[in-house]
Amino acid sequence: MTENVIDRWSPAPDPAAGEAVTAARDGAAIVMAGLSKRYGDVTALDGVDLVVPPGAVCGLLGPNGAGKTTAVRILSTLTRPDSGTALVGGIDVTRDPDEVRRRIGVTGQRTTVDDILTGRENLETWGRLYHIGVRTARRRADELLEQFGLADAATRMVRQYSGGMRRRLDLAVGFLLRPQVLFLDEPTTALDPHSRNEVWQVVASMAAQGTTVLLTTQYLEEADRLASQIAVLDHGRMIAQGTPDELKSRIGGHRIDVVLGGDGAVARTARGLARVVGAEPEVDAAASRISVPVRDQVTTLHDVMRWLHDNEVEVEDVAVRRPTLDDVFLSVTGHGADVGRAAA
Amino acid sequence: MSTSTTSTRLSDPHAIPDRPEPRPFALVRHSLQLARRSLLKTMRTPEQLLDVTLQPMIFIAIFVYLLGGAIAGSTHDYLQFLLPAIMVQTIMMSSTVTGTNLNTDIKKGVFDRFRSLPIARSAPLIGSVLGDLIRFVVAITVTLGFGYLIGFRIGTDPLQLLAACLLVIVFGFCLSWVSVLIGMLVREPGAATGLGFLVMFPLTFGTNMMVPTDTLPGWLQAWVKINPATHAMEAARALMLGTPDASGPVLKTLLWSAVLLVVFAPLAVSAYRRRT
Repeated sequence: MTENVIDRWSPAPDPAAGEAVTAARDGAAIVMAGLSKRYGDVTALDGVDLVVPPGAVCGLLGPNGAGKTTAVRILSTLTRPDSGTALVGGIDVTRDPDEVRRRIGVTGQRTTVDDILTGRENLETWGRLYHIGVRTARRRADELLEQFGLADAATRMVRQYSGGMRRRLDLAVGFLLRPQVLFLDEPTTALDPHSRNEVWQVVASMAAQGTTVLLTTQYLEEADRLASQIAVLDHGRMIAQGTPDELKSRIGGHRIDVVLGGDGAVARTARGLARVVGAEPEVDAAASRISVPVRDQVTTLHDVMRWLHDNEVEVEDVAVRRPTLDDVFLSVTGHGADVGRAAA
Repeated sequence: MSTSTTSTRLSDPHAIPDRPEPRPFALVRHSLQLARRSLLKTMRTPEQLLDVTLQPMIFIAIFVYLLGGAIAGSTHDYLQFLLPAIMVQTIMMSSTVTGTNLNTDIKKGVFDRFRSLPIARSAPLIGSVLGDLIRFVVAITVTLGFGYLIGFRIGTDPLQLLAACLLVIVFGFCLSWVSVLIGMLVREPGAATGLGFLVMFPLTFGTNMMVPTDTLPGWLQAWVKINPATHAMEAARALMLGTPDASGPVLKTLLWSAVLLVVFAPLAVSAYRRRT
């Protein structure tokens, strides 16, 4: 970093600002550098660094209380950081929040659409607040209703919408202006699998139009499905970063969970399965559960089943499952995701 | 709009600006826009208007027919005395709704979205207060309409009646900021309603709404005489009945309104800033 860079961007230089400045110059859509925030005794963010290039979809992954929402609130100008730098579209969120607000769309954890207005009225109301004029607002509302699969429900009151429809309408509000950067805080929490799929499609279509998306999620599957870049937060610290493939190769792919019935010789079975799959299984003796990594789903499942059958092991349940956030945490931190913690 | 035109417009890069440009009079425009939202919501839930429709009618009926004979010797005389004051009381009670609605919006996270927009911080508050003016208009219409139906007659002219209505609305608008402040300070919408009523009861009933001031005990007279609601009620009476002279109470009401606005609007806005 050079003197004049600091002069231009950061009159009060702090160690992290240099990187942020360089990244901003390189045209990054989102930059967090040494970002920290405390609420009383709770450290919500502890020196977080993240750079998201324009057009990317970044998944901010972590359990409740990891600091995901705090990061989004700072980037969307709702909360000020205690220290560190946050840039959106190259603009400092604490120095020129209004300029940032002109470039972003935000959708929080709670939907903010009005129950007793129709879908179209909701969009028009927010559209007018964005100064796009009555006619443009109406036209844009129609476009978005079409794009988000809500055209048939345009004149129905939101009260009659399903959870997924409501969430899609809420996302549409955040996308009224095709913002440069879109922040989505847990966009699919509390949705059924079908609605979740609908929301994923909508988010993917927004990203396809060139908007940079930062979304927070507790689900590895969601980040994997949508994001080109995943950052894992834990206790306010960034504990892993990379592409979904990098992350998955670190934790392995699918797993087979075998739950033994009766008294079942857990240790003996685990040793046997280790030989079958050629890898060390995880054992939860209390639950009589053995979890083995999978190389090739069908062959491995076949081998495992045959071994269990040949050795006359009493089996209660066998399931193939995708890696979860818990697996990420086990492999990165050595402890589980600790999901019950208080939300930040 | 047909699907084909929609898709051609979608592909037009100039159709939608990718960011809003700053425009003049932004605070006014945004406030009016948000007032429209609040108005739309009120129209959709007419049951929210019960307090400004059914309630004043019930109050009038109870007071006039139950107590009127005993207090004034004639229900008609009492109706003349009571109705202008009931108009003020209804509007004061109704002003508590603004705080409750705002508190609900904050809890729902709607204000987070407002704050992520490039609009003035106070626009949602001003918009909400302006939107609720419709409640005052409904309250006045119902009170006057029902009053006329059961025999109330103005002793002045339509212009003075209009002046009375406008004065009451101005008073209600300024008083609404007390409710906004309460809405910003409490945690639950229910608490905003409860606390709002707690504040409004001594203000509305601690007046000469039901009986002349000189029939009250001394300590109560002292309160009644400084209570801004008393002045508003006296001003409404004077403008609608023609006695006594209206200028004094009207001036006092306007002064009190200004004081309420100057004190409580900034307090409410600053509580809102701290809250969100």
